[in-house]
Amino acid sequence: MKISLDNVVKTFDTFRAVHGVSLEIESGELVALLGPSGSGKTTILRMVAGLEYADGGQIYFGDEDATDIPVRDRGVGFVFQHYALFPHMTVAENIAFGMKVSKVKRSGEAIRERVRELLDLVQLSGLGERFPGQISGGQRQRVALARALAVDPRVLLLDEPFGALDANVRRDLRRWLRKIHDDLGITTLFVTHDQEEALDLADRVVILDKGRIVQQGTPEDVCRSPHDAFVMRFLGDANALPATVRNGKAYVQDVEFDAAGLADGSAEVLFRPADVAWREDGQGVPAQIVRVLDRPDSRRVLAKTTGGQSIEFDTAPEFPHRKGEAGFIDIRRPRVYASGRS
Amino acid sequence: MTKLQSHRRPPRIGDAPVFRRTLLAVVLFFVAVIIVAPLAVIGVHAVSKGLPYFAAAIAEPDTRHAIMLTVLTALIAVPINTAFGIAAAWAITKHDFPGRRLLLILIEIPFSVSPIVAGVSYLFVYGLQGLFGPALEAADLKIMFALPGIVLASMFVTAPFVARELIPLMQAQGRDLEEAATSLGASGWRTFLTVTLPNIKWALLYGVVLCNSRVMGEFGAVSVVSGNIRGQTNTLPLHIELLYHDYDAVGAFAAASILATLAIITLVVKVVLERQGAGRRNRPASLAGNDSLSEVKP
Repeated sequence: MKISLDNVVKTFDTFRAVHGVSLEIESGELVALLGPSGSGKTTILRMVAGLEYADGGQIYFGDEDATDIPVRDRGVGFVFQHYALFPHMTVAENIAFGMKVSKVKRSGEAIRERVRELLDLVQLSGLGERFPGQISGGQRQRVALARALAVDPRVLLLDEPFGALDANVRRDLRRWLRKIHDDLGITTLFVTHDQEEALDLADRVVILDKGRIVQQGTPEDVCRSPHDAFVMRFLGDANALPATVRNGKAYVQDVEFDAAGLADGSAEVLFRPADVAWREDGQGVPAQIVRVLDRPDSRRVLAKTTGGQSIEFDTAPEFPHRKGEAGFIDIRRPRVYASGRS
Repeated sequence: MTKLQSHRRPPRIGDAPVFRRTLLAVVLFFVAVIIVAPLAVIGVHAVSKGLPYFAAAIAEPDTRHAIMLTVLTALIAVPINTAFGIAAAWAITKHDFPGRRLLLILIEIPFSVSPIVAGVSYLFVYGLQGLFGPALEAADLKIMFALPGIVLASMFVTAPFVARELIPLMQAQGRDLEEAATSLGASGWRTFLTVTLPNIKWALLYGVVLCNSRVMGEFGAVSVVSGNIRGQTNTLPLHIELLYHDYDAVGAFAAASILATLAIITLVVKVVLERQGAGRRNRPASLAGNDSLSEVKP
């Protein structure tokens, strides 16, 4: 089921949470809505589900205008951030709930059979008689997914699906969710503030800020060519050095960077901590080492440029230099953005 | 060793033995004088002339009528207020609408207004000289000095009980469960019956029990609107006062002991319900109890 959002707007009291968002999710695609808190990502998800009504614009499921279809009839599977499992029902009863209240009548035997299938699918066979309070967070997450899938939804919507879990469980569940999605081929939209999660799981990532889409594309697109400094910063650690643009070149303390297409004026040069080489002499921005931090697979160096900017970069564990030494930072893959947007 | 350590521990406020003992003594003294002694006296007085006299006092027609009227009032007022309480709590916690906070305050008003004020104001509204008085008389509807007035006054006084028990709980539970049920295709009514109600049932029962005991015991508001007609509009608390003024001490104490018995039954039910996790006091603990299992790793 293809989902399209056409210029969707949502305002809470006086706060505009979503500004005219248009978005297409192809049938069978797994798309992540990624953004910091307050970026409107959850609001968009809830509007697609019908838990929130759009103040403007249209939401289509396939060719059908679903904007005003109530959540009950919209045929979406929604997985809540805190699972929202019914605490007074067993795992099996939770999964069966949607089938029991459905307008499509199923026999008790058919429901039991489907519950068994779903428990198998989410690898929880044998836990059907437990109550949600008696299973772990990761298991609850999987029950929530099974419950959402039980009603054969047209789309699967997940709100921060792994937000409440710890890191190891999170990684396993991510791989597992991807596998389930590939097996079932259901159109899936999920919300996260964790860029690693989005990049790891999604076919396409939609990056939001302040209720607007800033960039959308495959994980490769957004990682390799971030549209602006916000995306660059949001996707991972980034260093920024103020620069001045003259005639298509950006200058940081007399070091020249290519800035084709940028108007003259102030700009920023952004780069990842991994994209720095330390030189004892030669080219690069002059800097002094402030501290060296050790990590299992690398050393992170905190340095200060002679212009007074703090930067951090990663080096091999064998990096021989110490605090106080002066040198030059040679920046690979610099990105120059005009100043303005933060 | 432990003794040594406890001596070395820096003294905290209220830790000194003198203070602790004094505090305990003061509290016990007040409980004895204010709560236990009067209740004990009721029991003793009621049976002071022997059980047969006690039985006769209760079997007296006016007393029996008063008991029946009190039970009848409770049977009408409690279900209505329960329904109202659920509706109000539902509206306030699961929906956003303008005036939500105002409604919350309005519901609590009966707690702060003296019941007698409520009674008098009902008189001004439904009494003969009141706002709707002439219209009601024309329609031959008798509200004041009759059962409807008693029920209305009782309902005013007990309106907040159920809602007040439910609102904090339903607020803590949030809307996720209802949203989940609706997204799975359940209707509003079905969601209420299968998802909301099971999760609030203990708090609801607790509220109903409190509401019931207050309806049965209400004196001030009812005394204004009932007219104290013996054998007709006299509820049990009013009847007790009447008997007492008639110098029928044993009759008064016998009737009072019935009311006290009802209160003790209420108390027992309340304690049992609290064990089940209802009631304000136990709520945070019971919620934590549910969550403590989330520590389990898969």
